[in-house]
Amino acid sequence: MSVSKGLPADAAIAAIPLPAAATPAWQRIALVLLGLAAAIAPIFVLESFHLFQLTMAVIMALAVLGLNIVTGYNGQISLGHGAFFAVGAYCTAILMSHFDWSFWPTLPISAAVCAGLGYGVGFPALRLAGHYLALTTFSLAVAVPQILKHKSIEDWTGGVQGLFLVKPDAPFGLPLSSDQWMYLVAVIVAGACFLLVWNLIRSRIGRALMATRDHATAAEAMGMDIGSLKTKAFALSAMITGIAGSLSAVAIEFVAPDSFSFGVSITLFVGMVVGGVASILGSLFGGLFVLFVPNIAEAISKAAPGVIYGVILILFLFLLPDGFAGLLRRIAAKLRGRG
Amino acid sequence: MTIQRRTLIGAAAAGTLAVPRLAPAQDAPGVTATEIRIGSTNALSGPVSAYSVISRCLEAMFRRLNDQGGVGGRKVSFTVYDDAYQPPRTLEQTRRLVEQDRVAFLFNSLGTPTNNAIHRYVNQRKVPHLFLATGADKWAQPKEFPWTIGWQPSYRTEAQIYAKHILAERPQGRIALLYQNDDFGKDYLNGLKDVLGNRPLTTATYEATDPTIDSQIVQLQGHDVLVCATTPRFAAQAIRRVFDIGWRPMMFMTNVSVSVGAVMQPAGVEKGVGLITSDYRKDQTDPAWATDAGMNEWRDFMRRYIPDADLTDNNYTYAYGAGSTMIQVLRQCGTDFSRENVMRQATNIAPMDIATLLPGIRVQTQPDNYHVIRQMQLQRWDGRSWVRFGNVIEGANV
Repeated sequence: MSVSKGLPADAAIAAIPLPAAATPAWQRIALVLLGLAAAIAPIFVLESFHLFQLTMAVIMALAVLGLNIVTGYNGQISLGHGAFFAVGAYCTAILMSHFDWSFWPTLPISAAVCAGLGYGVGFPALRLAGHYLALTTFSLAVAVPQILKHKSIEDWTGGVQGLFLVKPDAPFGLPLSSDQWMYLVAVIVAGACFLLVWNLIRSRIGRALMATRDHATAAEAMGMDIGSLKTKAFALSAMITGIAGSLSAVAIEFVAPDSFSFGVSITLFVGMVVGGVASILGSLFGGLFVLFVPNIAEAISKAAPGVIYGVILILFLFLLPDGFAGLLRRIAAKLRGRG
Repeated sequence: MTIQRRTLIGAAAAGTLAVPRLAPAQDAPGVTATEIRIGSTNALSGPVSAYSVISRCLEAMFRRLNDQGGVGGRKVSFTVYDDAYQPPRTLEQTRRLVEQDRVAFLFNSLGTPTNNAIHRYVNQRKVPHLFLATGADKWAQPKEFPWTIGWQPSYRTEAQIYAKHILAERPQGRIALLYQNDDFGKDYLNGLKDVLGNRPLTTATYEATDPTIDSQIVQLQGHDVLVCATTPRFAAQAIRRVFDIGWRPMMFMTNVSVSVGAVMQPAGVEKGVGLITSDYRKDQTDPAWATDAGMNEWRDFMRRYIPDADLTDNNYTYAYGAGSTMIQVLRQCGTDFSRENVMRQATNIAPMDIATLLPGIRVQTQPDNYHVIRQMQLQRWDGRSWVRFGNVIEGANV
């Protein structure tokens, strides 16, 4: 997998402000309203189980977005984001079940802890490049589930048994079930994160991140502090994935080391590649893919769901080599070309 | 006019009175006039997918039941979803079964961490969560979790049985326990304490991540009795190490780790002579059962319904036992398959023999005792195979 696949994306992203500026204000507002309607509609349309699935998909999308910042936009391959996902989930679970906190105040704590951890892990990123970084982060993903079981912290983490917590109920007597409220919480938190990342990527820092990815030496010659940029990118990315972990803990109402095997990291990576490396909208699709495709695979064959999943994955990579986001870009380019 | 109105009201009243009598059968979730829907989760993919044959066997058993005319005038439809042994997926798939497929109840979901993830959900929703495929002791809490019930003897019951044998054979012996520091290991600690009470018990623990358990063995050396609650890799190490340092205790091994291929051969078959474990199933490779009526029933079923199965895989005898118990509960339900009645029948099974269980070991439940199988028989390694000895022993009632 070559991360520089994201190259065409830069052109697209650089080009976005122009058409956007050219779009009349009423069209932009209409788009935003349409997006909001699409995000909120499921609350009234879907049954609670499907709403739960969609909640999980939104959470996975947020986790994939976190990975996309560091791997997609900054070009550092991480196979260990499942670890941040787990730490975020455990922060929320420990605060909620041991200290009886409500859900919302645990979010900033878990974000801060994951950002700190990401910053710490990001330091070796200054010295390690490419495959070596991938392996270092991978070791993190392998280690975390076992660390969570360790007896010295067992009183906090609940050991193998894990921790149970309870979904927040809708506030102010809103007439929403806990599943509906949970979906809304996930959409609000994820929406805020997506918006922040969207702005960040189109800012000076975002361009610096991509410049570092595409040509580190040139970027340094332009006066960018590569080390600091990379570390901060890692911290931000860990923070967002950690927030996703927090959400998953309350949505599932249970955390255990077995829920965060290294498979989670690979799942996030798959989501990122299928959705589109260095794409914000692609992360959303990646979240949907990793949640729903295993179920589709199982519906096709109960005997070997893994094989079907693999085949679907290969087909996707074959038909959409630059992910779902790439497809959108190509369609947009065609439309624009015709226009 | 008045009379007419009164008749009308009377008829309406009779109507409302009549409804409750019909309601249980019609309103019961997952039950129609022709069908009962049952759901389950298993690891059809992932690292422990070897257990998926359990679901395969259960599907075949329900197929046979339907071929024989079903139960209570209805056919059973059994749906199994894959959770890849990941707790979050188990919750997702269980919610799919309960909320989307609207199954009547859940049966034989696989795994301890996976069932943990749905333990509270099913009890909040009051969905029967029957005969789980896990040996943890926590599924027998009728007061806190009345809708969840296990099946196989729990690890704790197994340890109680070892303790009873120890007290009978070596009442003065000094006892040591080596256990893995997790739920699995702690069930053995609790089980031994249930029976030993205040008698001294020396313990040593290891982490599943430790490379070896040599130092723990040396630490416990010199005791008269050693009980090992270890997973297969550590079991092989323990058997070998105890033999190599010349220690000859009366040694017990959890029946999780007694596979000939995975434990006894790697340890060295001669080093394990005298090792004691327990079982509740008939070993299909044991010639003693070659003409056994129960095992013939099982073999006949396997030949007709799963002809390509590996007959040496003891997951099939396990599944046959769990499936037979389930079918017994369905028959006991009569025609009322409401969740309340299914749970009532599942917790009121009179002691019954099962084709693939050892003679004398019976399946039974009471509303205040959710340990479905409480008895086991000990067996000893003779250098080539496991040989049963002594009578069936029942766990302690705590």
